[in-house]
Amino acid sequence: MTDKRRKDLLSGNEAIARGAWAAGVTFASGYPGTPSTEILENFARYPGIYAEWAPNEKVALDAAIGAAYAGRRALATMKHVGVNVAADALFYAAMTGAEAGLVVISADDPQMHSSQNEQDNRNYAKFARIPCLDPADSQEAHDMMPAAFDISEQFDTPVLVRPTTRISHSFTPVEFLDERLEIAPRVKKFPKTPQKYVMVPANARHRHPVIEDRIRALAAYAETSPLNRVEWRDTELGIVTGSVAYQHAREVFPNASILKLGMSYPLPMQMIADFARRVKRLIVLEELDPFFEEHIRLAGIPVEGKSIFPLCGEFTPTVVRNAAVEAGLLSAEQFVAPPETPRAMPDVPVRPPVLCPGCPHRGGFWAIKKLHLPVNGDIGCYTLGVVEPLNAIDTAGCMGAGIGVAHGAGKASGKKHVAVIGDSTFFHTGLPALANVAYNNSPVITVIMDNRVTAMTGDQPNPGSGQNLMGETAPRLELEPLVRALGIKHVKRVDAYDEKTVEDTLKAFKKLDEPSVLITERPCALLPEVRKTYLPLEVKADECDGCGVCLRTGCPALMKSADIHAESGRAKVEIDPTLCTGCDLCAQVCPSDAILFRVQMEESAHALPV
Amino acid sequence: MQTINFLLVGVGGQGVLMASNILASVGMMAGYDVKKSEIHGMSQRGGNVSSHVRWGEAVFSPIIPDAETDFLLAFEAMEALRYLPMLKRASVLLVDRHRIVPVTVTGGSAEYPAYEAIESVLRQVSDNFRWVDGADMAAAMGNSRVANIITLGLLSTYLNVADDVWKDAIARRVPKKFTELNFRAWEAGRALRRESAAVLMPAG
Repeated sequence: MTDKRRKDLLSGNEAIARGAWAAGVTFASGYPGTPSTEILENFARYPGIYAEWAPNEKVALDAAIGAAYAGRRALATMKHVGVNVAADALFYAAMTGAEAGLVVISADDPQMHSSQNEQDNRNYAKFARIPCLDPADSQEAHDMMPAAFDISEQFDTPVLVRPTTRISHSFTPVEFLDERLEIAPRVKKFPKTPQKYVMVPANARHRHPVIEDRIRALAAYAETSPLNRVEWRDTELGIVTGSVAYQHAREVFPNASILKLGMSYPLPMQMIADFARRVKRLIVLEELDPFFEEHIRLAGIPVEGKSIFPLCGEFTPTVVRNAAVEAGLLSAEQFVAPPETPRAMPDVPVRPPVLCPGCPHRGGFWAIKKLHLPVNGDIGCYTLGVVEPLNAIDTAGCMGAGIGVAHGAGKASGKKHVAVIGDSTFFHTGLPALANVAYNNSPVITVIMDNRVTAMTGDQPNPGSGQNLMGETAPRLELEPLVRALGIKHVKRVDAYDEKTVEDTLKAFKKLDEPSVLITERPCALLPEVRKTYLPLEVKADECDGCGVCLRTGCPALMKSADIHAESGRAKVEIDPTLCTGCDLCAQVCPSDAILFRVQMEESAHALPV
Repeated sequence: MQTINFLLVGVGGQGVLMASNILASVGMMAGYDVKKSEIHGMSQRGGNVSSHVRWGEAVFSPIIPDAETDFLLAFEAMEALRYLPMLKRASVLLVDRHRIVPVTVTGGSAEYPAYEAIESVLRQVSDNFRWVDGADMAAAMGNSRVANIITLGLLSTYLNVADDVWKDAIARRVPKKFTELNFRAWEAGRALRRESAAVLMPAG
């Protein structure tokens, strides 16, 4: 025990970052995505490392693979759906292995707290023939990083580490040594072994049996690895579980024996068979897919899992408990029942996610709606253009999908479509789709909402920001010349707050039979430098007749006041000065000129005696 | 000992997460196993936020089971109503009178429940309901952001933890220039005192 041992309350993501640093990782690349984002943000603060945001997950993984080929321990981080984007890279890296440890973090999102699906990425481990580790708390998230790198190097394989939202974003105590492994590069020169690293068919055919042998060797390793363990208690009930489901199992079944799988692929089938033999009833408690359950059934071992516990959504102690009571595993009398709904329970108004006050995307949607065209959206804050009262988006599927869908729908139907995409998503996967629009001459109107950051995940810098993850100044990717270089002739950059020009430009583009691109420019209203410029606007109460047009922008700073317009009987509008940023959109759309513009506010402020 | 469960709820921007970080630190410094769980995501601003903090000898799930909340701290009045299945008769409910009106109400599609209705419902569920004027007290102290710390001060009167531990945890979590203000807020909350019907936790 040295004085360097410390204990702290860390989120799973902080613990992964610390564990990676302690394991001697020198290179990390990723793309932001909830719930993975904080891993790289934290890792970037450690000394002696290099960390970067890449434009997308595939580029990030290719970069990490390159670093591992060059003999440096490397990390790639992403959310579960990011692995879909990076899958091509994952599969060749599974074939080649590397010179130094390579770990890919896939942060899964059961319950879709912030995602379009809840795919279970343990399936990728099986698919690509690589091992997968599933931490059950922050301590494990920390400790599994050195373990993952050791496995990666011992078996010459990428390793998938799969936290879920409840692991990444929960805080639990972590004991750690405040020091890192200093690892010399494992190779001096970049490897010149094409039979291993050049996956032409002749070489790849030699590699395939190698990785099949490797996964068998890993299965043998899993039988004795401390990552998997049995906790013997009462043998009436035995539970195979892992990840956060292990914690729910301990909470709900305190007396049951547990086989806890820290390595969720490949599975220790002998260990499982031995455990099954010694318990009276065997169940699997796992979130999402019946992944353990199917392997166990294939081995001919009687087991129950998804016949008891839900397939969809995340587990909570209550979900597990109710399912267990239903299946007769527990009796309802063991628990206090939740209170009955009280008499005269009022409806509790929802607080839907909305575009922030001053969000530069709002005016774009206001104008797009007036075109009365189908709108294909994308993934980012601007997906919120779908909610009331804007209702401006008709589709949104995955990162970069909108432009492709607009093109296909437009070509097939002969109708004009609008595609809406943010700057970061455009760099991610929108660019090849826009090249397709140009190349195949599609009259799609593409609106790139450029707020200079990856806002949805917390304003991370991207290639358009002029800054990188290490805090250094970086070249700023310029959209207009880029779009023109694709062959698109009709390109216009407009201030996102200049509603009239945005509308006029879109109306002109609607008449065109060729591809067009409108770039609306304004930094995200939450950026620190923008916050300094907030200037709340005011309503001229004697001019407002309560028509409510401004309320249809969906700005949370606007509300109905207690002041009623005498003739119409409608409530006049007031502005919450703690929320208003002074973007002017409401003043521009007001038909009665009843809202003071920012310049008027500034003038009246100057007119005040000093 | 039994696990003690704290449910902190409010609206994005109110300091729910700051308060739960402090509370988790207090538990850890007082020698308990601690878990804290929250959800980030699409509700960056203006959405409802909840955070689960659990202290115990060994805490397993990061999520509080239904009907096992010992303390509900609501920093916004109607938010307390969203979590009824998590409550039990012995739950201590500390509910700030502060109202943050959601867009669904300003847009006219919903109505904000009256104070009387909120109180009546919560009293039907629990024996220990209490309004807190944290937001008003904080505003009177010159900084409405410390409302959450005032409620933590009141909460501390229900818990067997030394004052120093609380202050240490607060000092670690708030910006240095606001330490004194936060100490005063915590003390102002502490001066509100526990209602005698509620039990001191952990007992003894």
